[in-house]
Amino acid sequence: MEWDWDFAWSILPQLLAGFRVTLIATALGAVVAAVLGLVFAILRRSRNRAVARTTGFVVEFIRGTPLLVQLYFIFYVLPDLGIRLPALTAGVIGMGLHYATYTAEVYRGGIEAVAKGQWEAAKASNLTARQTWIHVILPQAVPPMIPAMANYLLAMFKETPLLSAITVLELMNQARSVANSSYRYVEPMTMVGVMFLIVSVISVIGLRWLERHYGRVGK
Amino acid sequence: MGDWSGYLTLILQGAWVTIKLTLMGSALALVVAFVAGLGRISRLAALRWLSTAYIEFFRGTSIFVQLFWIYFVLPMTGLWAPTPMQAGVLALGLNVGAYGAEVVRGAILAVPRDQYEACIAVNLTRFQRMRHVILPQALPLMLPTFGNNAIELLKATSVVSLISLADMTFQAQVVRSQTGSTLLPFVTILVLYFAMSSVLSLAIRSYERRVTRGLDGVR
Repeated sequence: MEWDWDFAWSILPQLLAGFRVTLIATALGAVVAAVLGLVFAILRRSRNRAVARTTGFVVEFIRGTPLLVQLYFIFYVLPDLGIRLPALTAGVIGMGLHYATYTAEVYRGGIEAVAKGQWEAAKASNLTARQTWIHVILPQAVPPMIPAMANYLLAMFKETPLLSAITVLELMNQARSVANSSYRYVEPMTMVGVMFLIVSVISVIGLRWLERHYGRVGK
Repeated sequence: MGDWSGYLTLILQGAWVTIKLTLMGSALALVVAFVAGLGRISRLAALRWLSTAYIEFFRGTSIFVQLFWIYFVLPMTGLWAPTPMQAGVLALGLNVGAYGAEVVRGAILAVPRDQYEACIAVNLTRFQRMRHVILPQALPLMLPTFGNNAIELLKATSVVSLISLADMTFQAQVVRSQTGSTLLPFVTILVLYFAMSSVLSLAIRSYERRVTRGLDGVR
């Protein structure tokens, strides 16, 4: 089958419309993952053993099961329980929840990497818990987290095609609908691949820069 | 919901497909990871370029896009028309293999330089050096990440349900569309996926203990 440039050109607007939805889903999913990940990380550090254990199990369970099945769960099961969500919302919650279990580990690693002496020094200078977190711990914990977070952001972006399975009209779904109506698979599928490749090549360059900039201090 | 045992059989048949996919995909990924990982640190520039292109391509696009490309576009080029199973194993193996290749490369480069110098001093050939000195030390470094990759591969197998391969996720969808029940099939497969990934991580951890036995003083 020959590559048809005219056809490729004619479907570009439709694919770009899908690409916009992909970007929106990624951005919203990232916000959910960042916030929820912090919640998981804090609950896991809780002094209440039951809370810490339960959170640990929930995180392990979400990490050990496929995102696609979780999306189906949110999209098909929740309406039966009385919670009806639009497809994009369900997708954003699913992706955010799944990646929150990964970002939780990043938060945990970042917080634990702050030397114990810093906590003791904060206590010795009579800082409140709030002051300790805002002025001592977080400024040291956050920069090393940035490259790892960006890495998961990129990973999540690459998982967005799964949203097409729950009828979100993102890039992959637009490509499939083009393919199904025109019976041409070569152009739409290849163009989707190229678009993902372009974004991830640019992101990898950005990631390298982040690693140099925010990587381990003093190394 | 009277015929639940019949539906459970259906899901268990799907579970077997998922297990087969995971095993074959992991086997392919392991081979590809070593070939591409060693290729990246080869003396031949052409091999290095080829390996880098492969790794960047498969890490830069999502498994979903790769699977659709292999299953729908490849047959149209007239080269080869894979069955859904072949397409699934190929996409999973090549995708996870690309991640594994970076692990192989990283672990080999992490072996201290003096080990290489010692090999030269005792006049080992390049092959002997790799086989008897470098790899035995690099392997324990690779294992934890390989374990994670295997779990990621298990989770990624759910995507093949979208090219109508009857894996566990596909069968859950069949049960859903036939019975209208959503909670039972999806909770069942979530639990089964979690059980599988727990078994995988336990297996990797016990193998890790075996390989690192006696290495305590070295590292």
